[in-house]
Amino acid sequence: MELRAYIIRRLILLIPVMFGVSLLIFGVVQFFSPVQRATLYVSDPRQLAHLDEVVDKYGLNDPFWEQYGTWLNQLFHGNLGWSKIVAAPVGEAILKFLPTSLELALFAAPLIIIGGIFLGSKAAANKDKAIDHVSRVGAIIGWSLPTFWLGLVLLMVFYGYFRGLLPPERLSTEMNLLVNSDSFHQYTHLHTVDAILNGNLRVLGDSLRHLVLPVITLTVVNLAFVMRLMRSSMLESLGKGYVLTARAKGLDERTVVNKHARRNALIPVLTISGYLFAAIVSGVVITETIFNFKGLGWLAWQSAVHLDIPTVLGFALFTATVFVLANLVVDLLYARIDPRVRLGGRAK
Amino acid sequence: MTDWRFMLHQLRRNPLSLAGIIIILIFVIVAVFAPLIAPTPDGQRDAYQIPRDGYSPIPQPPSGEHYFGTTEGQYDIFYGVVWGARSAFKVGLAVIGIVLVIGIVLGSLAGYFGGIIDEVIMRVTDVFLAFPSLILAMAITAALGPSLRSVLIAITVVSWPAYARLIRGDILAIREEDYVEAARGVGASHLRIIGRHILPNSIYPALIMASLDIGAVVLSAAALSFLGLGVPEGYADWGQMIQFARNWIVGPPGNPLAYWYTVVIPGLFILFFVLGWNLLGDAFRDILDPRLARR
Repeated sequence: MELRAYIIRRLILLIPVMFGVSLLIFGVVQFFSPVQRATLYVSDPRQLAHLDEVVDKYGLNDPFWEQYGTWLNQLFHGNLGWSKIVAAPVGEAILKFLPTSLELALFAAPLIIIGGIFLGSKAAANKDKAIDHVSRVGAIIGWSLPTFWLGLVLLMVFYGYFRGLLPPERLSTEMNLLVNSDSFHQYTHLHTVDAILNGNLRVLGDSLRHLVLPVITLTVVNLAFVMRLMRSSMLESLGKGYVLTARAKGLDERTVVNKHARRNALIPVLTISGYLFAAIVSGVVITETIFNFKGLGWLAWQSAVHLDIPTVLGFALFTATVFVLANLVVDLLYARIDPRVRLGGRAK
Repeated sequence: MTDWRFMLHQLRRNPLSLAGIIIILIFVIVAVFAPLIAPTPDGQRDAYQIPRDGYSPIPQPPSGEHYFGTTEGQYDIFYGVVWGARSAFKVGLAVIGIVLVIGIVLGSLAGYFGGIIDEVIMRVTDVFLAFPSLILAMAITAALGPSLRSVLIAITVVSWPAYARLIRGDILAIREEDYVEAARGVGASHLRIIGRHILPNSIYPALIMASLDIGAVVLSAAALSFLGLGVPEGYADWGQMIQFARNWIVGPPGNPLAYWYTVVIPGLFILFFVLGWNLLGDAFRDILDPRLARR
């Protein structure tokens, strides 16, 4: 019961954050003149002659607080606004683009987390040996690579030089037609999962082929980060008294490293998973843009470039929500892994 | 200050950090001597504008006239990457400088006074840290219009909260020290306690870490430019040069790597610049980490 109260309290804390985030974006939008913002509502060139009317109609000349109030009021009625880029309500647009990004993250996240933890603890257990130096240099290079450049170079080699071996976009034209035809049932809109559920190996192969480069691009930069953190936290944990005790009582090195040291070293890595999540989302924007992999990140980029404010706001609120929820899950996991942590503050 | 001697010793011992220092020095030289390395053509007013040789959309390979070739629209790549080094230092130094000032002021207010001030500042940083900084930076540059100034503002706005938190933490740790208590006891003003007793004893690690973040700042700026939300067209900037290369990653049939120079050269400049700072940063992280140091 205590746990439920804790979760509810954390969810209530989400409200001021959302309020702040929307206020922040709304404040940025105020840099535009009312006329500039009015053109965003125009769908017909003839209306351009009557921009004043548009300004009046949408209250774009009203004081900041009134405009914000109107938007907030609409939000409470479940209306996030109209996305010009997608030509659909913002909520719908986000749901439509979500599965693509989810599929990308689904493949990249385990690689980043498990790979980072594995390599990091390997490097720490072999401190100052060859494997440590190699992984260290690899990590520093990986983390200095501009994501967008890495993506382009990968495309240059695997799409250009190897003649379309690993192409951009999400599916080939032919498979795209097949996926959207009546004979293929889209259960989840994650192409790989749907292909398995439909028993269609060609779609599965094609979607995997399109996933390879974006997943690599997304993984390289973030893996380096997890790895470095895991290394230093593992080094600290290997120097602790309980590791010495475990060694002294004659446990074999594998058990000492895997059971005693690594489990405790995981805690700092968990703590930054919130940060990691933010990094993946940013990475997703750039990765999806380069590979024309049309998910949420691509949508965010398009809406920012074309000043589709409702969509930018919707995306910001969406990511903020997911971010807070992710941090909540992390805290709950935290308590499971580390018995010293008690949720809800006071220890008894 | 034996700490400094220890630090220098550690730096010298580590070949990676030496490599970092050398890389950064090379970039400093390129940036300082840019007018000599890539002279601005006569009659051009803004030196940061990359000179064009015609308007043909097809990139031209490296030649005696254009050492690194030209991009689409015939912007000279050599001129662009050399002056791009200047832009990179400009963005990096300016952002880190402003962010540190904001971080020190807000961080000391929050850490020293605590209470309601602390609560308000920390909740504001929560809001900023609650969503991916790139999205906010994109929104800000989009709103302010393309210019180096917009990029500076955008990156500053998204990065100050982390520094404010870092410095607040450092100050919290030192606020209760005996010598601070003593200063308070003899009646020193708040300003004097913060300026003379707390800051000098707490912020060096933060200062060093922040200055090593120049690489990360330049990387963000390049990403913004690459997304078409950075500097105006033709401004000497590495990110934008890669943006120019986007349509040329695949060459004509039979010669798929024909335009490699448009992608690879500006990218290597970004990579090495960031790498230099990160190599140095990595060494410092080990030195400054009190849990690992001096074993």
